[in-house]
Amino acid sequence: MSFISSIEDVGEYALLLKKVLTIPDRMSEFMKEFMKGVFFLGVNSIWIVVIISFFIGAVIVLQIALNIDSPMLPRFTVGVVSREIILLEFSSTIMCLILAGKVGSNVASEIGTMRITEQIDALDIMGVNSANYLIFPKIASFVAFMPVLVVFSMFTGLSGGYIICLVLGTPSVETYVYGIQAFFRESFIWYSIFKSMLFGFIIASVAAYFGYTAKGGALEVGQASTNSVVINSVLILVCDLVFTQLALG
Amino acid sequence: MIEVKNLRKEFDGEVVLDNINASFQNGMVNMIIGKSGSGKTVLLKCLVGLMAPTSGDIRYDGRNFVGLKSKEVRRLRRDIGMLFQGAALFDSRTVLENVMFPLDMFSRKNRRERKKRAEFCLERVNLLEAAHLYPSEISGGMKKRAAIARAIALNPKYLFCDEPNSGLDPKTSQLIDELIFDLTKDFSMTTIVVSHDMNSVINIGDKVIFINEGVKEWEGNKSEVMGTDNEKLNDFVFASDLFKKIKEAEEEKG
Repeated sequence: MSFISSIEDVGEYALLLKKVLTIPDRMSEFMKEFMKGVFFLGVNSIWIVVIISFFIGAVIVLQIALNIDSPMLPRFTVGVVSREIILLEFSSTIMCLILAGKVGSNVASEIGTMRITEQIDALDIMGVNSANYLIFPKIASFVAFMPVLVVFSMFTGLSGGYIICLVLGTPSVETYVYGIQAFFRESFIWYSIFKSMLFGFIIASVAAYFGYTAKGGALEVGQASTNSVVINSVLILVCDLVFTQLALG
Repeated sequence: MIEVKNLRKEFDGEVVLDNINASFQNGMVNMIIGKSGSGKTVLLKCLVGLMAPTSGDIRYDGRNFVGLKSKEVRRLRRDIGMLFQGAALFDSRTVLENVMFPLDMFSRKNRRERKKRAEFCLERVNLLEAAHLYPSEISGGMKKRAAIARAIALNPKYLFCDEPNSGLDPKTSQLIDELIFDLTKDFSMTTIVVSHDMNSVINIGDKVIFINEGVKEWEGNKSEVMGTDNEKLNDFVFASDLFKKIKEAEEEKG
């Protein structure tokens, strides 16, 4: 039963996307909603991205410095490994898992509340394509803003490592800076940005699906919000595995 | 005119509406009445396309609404205004922005003209002074009036009202009823009101349809409602002590 309902959910999600990904009725209204999405979903997420990235970046460097104590490995390895972790996985995947909680629950509860208070019915009655009007700007704005969040995350994550080196002195700041530049591949940044844009699409669209199909009352909106976070997290992890194998494997 | 032919609606095999036939005339307030759970809101949702009927036809001026493509449905819906039970105003927009919304989406007029039209609609429902307020800052009656202003912004041919008086005091209810009646006459709309409030029926109902357990039980005008010999309708109408006493007083008068 649960398997069948999962298949039904996938079908409903695909049908919803078909309604969402169409040309907006009014481009000026789309742009208004797009800019709102940039601010509420993107700009409002910068602070959490910066705080988490800074501290995790610092902890990654600290952990690696403490655990790599072999005289066979040069100390700049700390910088190299920290950079690869931050660039390849932390700033895209782990950050998106966090954003699935913040942005995903926000989108699901906003659209879910509109559903149960008949605001979406009101849009439909007016002849507006409610799915397109409500969901498309959110997906577009979040996906478009994702590279900014990823770059912020990379920068503050590496800065966190820099500060910890400055405070503890092991490895030295010079060694760390040398490490984060050594064997650098620019393609990893593009890989990370592209991956996070894909995750951004998943986060916004899946959360919107759960909100749009919410039925009942406040309790169901809460459930929709929780479900969106859980499903988004699982999808991000699975897609990360597949994407990593396809892109780098 | 809206015509309904052999309409049937089932949910998981359970029949909620069965063989509904009715016609709703232009320039008239058509009331659909019945007990809670009788199927009247489902009928309204079928009429506006929020629910697909299991079988039957719904014709808007001869054009069958059932089976239209989604683009055609959306085009037809621009002729429809609807007042929801909870008003369904957009929380993030002011009252004026709510009324301007359908105009922003579909009107070809410039912004100044759209604003003028929205203000005209708000003035018509006597709510211009609350134009700058958000829905959370106004009362239930004001929300209903704002929702009516939004519903008439695009000059609809058809107006649907779902329980317009629910949660309102008698005085405000009467105000909303009169507003619906006046707008129907002024703009010659086909208005369909779902209600279980007998005061509304007596105040504004040009035509009355009584739904009982998913079946159309009775049809007539408001003057016939009080004198009907339909047992189920009598049960419904005279469930209220006030109406019982009015009837007794009329019978005593002879």
